[in-house]
Amino acid sequence: MEGLLLVGWIVVKIIAIILVLLLSVAYITFLERKVISYMQCRIGPNRIGPLGLLQPIADVIKLLNKEIIFPEASNRYLFVIAPIISLGTALAAWAVIPFDKTAVLADINAGVLFVLALSSLGVYGILIAGWASNSKYAMFGALRAAAQSISYEISMGFALVGVMMAAGSLNFQTIVQAQAGGIWHWYWLPLFPLFIVYWISGIAETNRAPFDVAEGESELVAGFHVEYSGAVFALFFLAEYANMVLISALLAVMFMGGWLSPFQGVPYFESLFAFVPGFVWLLIKLSFFLFCYLWFRATFPRYRYDQIMRLGWKVLLPVTIVWIVVVALAVQFKMGPWFV
Amino acid sequence: MRRLLQVIKNFSLWDLLVGLGLTGRYFFKRKVTVQYPEEKTPMSPRFRGIHALRRYANGEERCIACKLCEAVCPALAITIEAEPREDGSRRTTLYDIDLFKCVYCGLCEEACPVDAVVLTRNHDYHFEKRGENILTKEKLLAIGDKYEAQIAADRAEDAEYR
Repeated sequence: MEGLLLVGWIVVKIIAIILVLLLSVAYITFLERKVISYMQCRIGPNRIGPLGLLQPIADVIKLLNKEIIFPEASNRYLFVIAPIISLGTALAAWAVIPFDKTAVLADINAGVLFVLALSSLGVYGILIAGWASNSKYAMFGALRAAAQSISYEISMGFALVGVMMAAGSLNFQTIVQAQAGGIWHWYWLPLFPLFIVYWISGIAETNRAPFDVAEGESELVAGFHVEYSGAVFALFFLAEYANMVLISALLAVMFMGGWLSPFQGVPYFESLFAFVPGFVWLLIKLSFFLFCYLWFRATFPRYRYDQIMRLGWKVLLPVTIVWIVVVALAVQFKMGPWFV
Repeated sequence: MRRLLQVIKNFSLWDLLVGLGLTGRYFFKRKVTVQYPEEKTPMSPRFRGIHALRRYANGEERCIACKLCEAVCPALAITIEAEPREDGSRRTTLYDIDLFKCVYCGLCEEACPVDAVVLTRNHDYHFEKRGENILTKEKLLAIGDKYEAQIAADRAEDAEYR
């Protein structure tokens, strides 16, 4: 009975996280259209509901009503499994994200490793989608996505190695706690190059502009999901945006102090903002990174494919390795205000 | 030295920040969207939209079936058949304009000696069934009756330039 109750409680928590996540994903698509159109001197969707706020609901209804087309030459099982893998991994990684001091679904010691593993697994969804579609464009998109994700996975992993060394742990709660002590103690400052590298690789990892060659509508139509329509396409869409939120959350947790208040250690403001719960701070930080995703998409033109590879292997990777050495030395000799 | 500066510039992501600043400024700029059905842009009195056949003030139709419009139409969109009416005046029995053929050049209006066929400002119309693209005499006269005030005002405004 006790065990059953525990399992039930965990299931409730899982459903709560997934519901909130899916709802926020729906509204990020709306926000994306709004933000980008504002940056292009347009006003964006504003017809459905007040201020267009029901637009994502209408989109969902439209997508669910559409026919799912299975191409004649496709491999049906893989064709359906691919979006499930994409979305599954994107959602599963949320298990280890700490929302507050005690609010985390699975407080495991190998949290960073778990997230790295799942974000790498997400590539399989794209690869399988491209392969199962049995279409040239989808195949190209999948190949590009695979090569790109593998390249950026490395600098991403290395950037996390810096965080692990600085915090001395793979547990996200410990990483957040290690950043305690105000905005200057968060890891974005001592690990600044790693922060930027992780940010860039995160954008590349989620196949977002300016690294969205896997979809590259101007050259590959829609890349790996050309053949997808209706609900299965919606799953890919959800997975992409859920991954965006995940990367934003990881950035916030590992470099921006997660649920820590930015006023920690500031004499007057600390008590003034003491009533704000931790997850609000996390939400604010996360929203900033999400907004940057949209901002980048409105600003930067798509990289050429070889430029992406060059950036990943010849720029980001050396930078991370150099900074890992610096961090290692700093941690070993207990340098500065951060690594005592 | 210059290369070193370039490297520093590249690694500080300076160009990217400048780009972000630009889009960031545009985020707060005034939006130029015209929300069409509610807001409309100004339109010239010479605008060439859907056709209409006009009437005189006493209700008599203007068209005298001279067929000049049919002759001048570069797209052969106009078909006219004519017979004398009971009172002996010359009138059309058939006046069809095929909107799929029409190129909205306005030559029919230029050719008309009695200002019967005109192009109105009305440009947002649509068809729902096959065959509705043919504007018959009745439809054309109905359009003319409906928009007569607008049509007359537009002609009056443009009169001194003709």
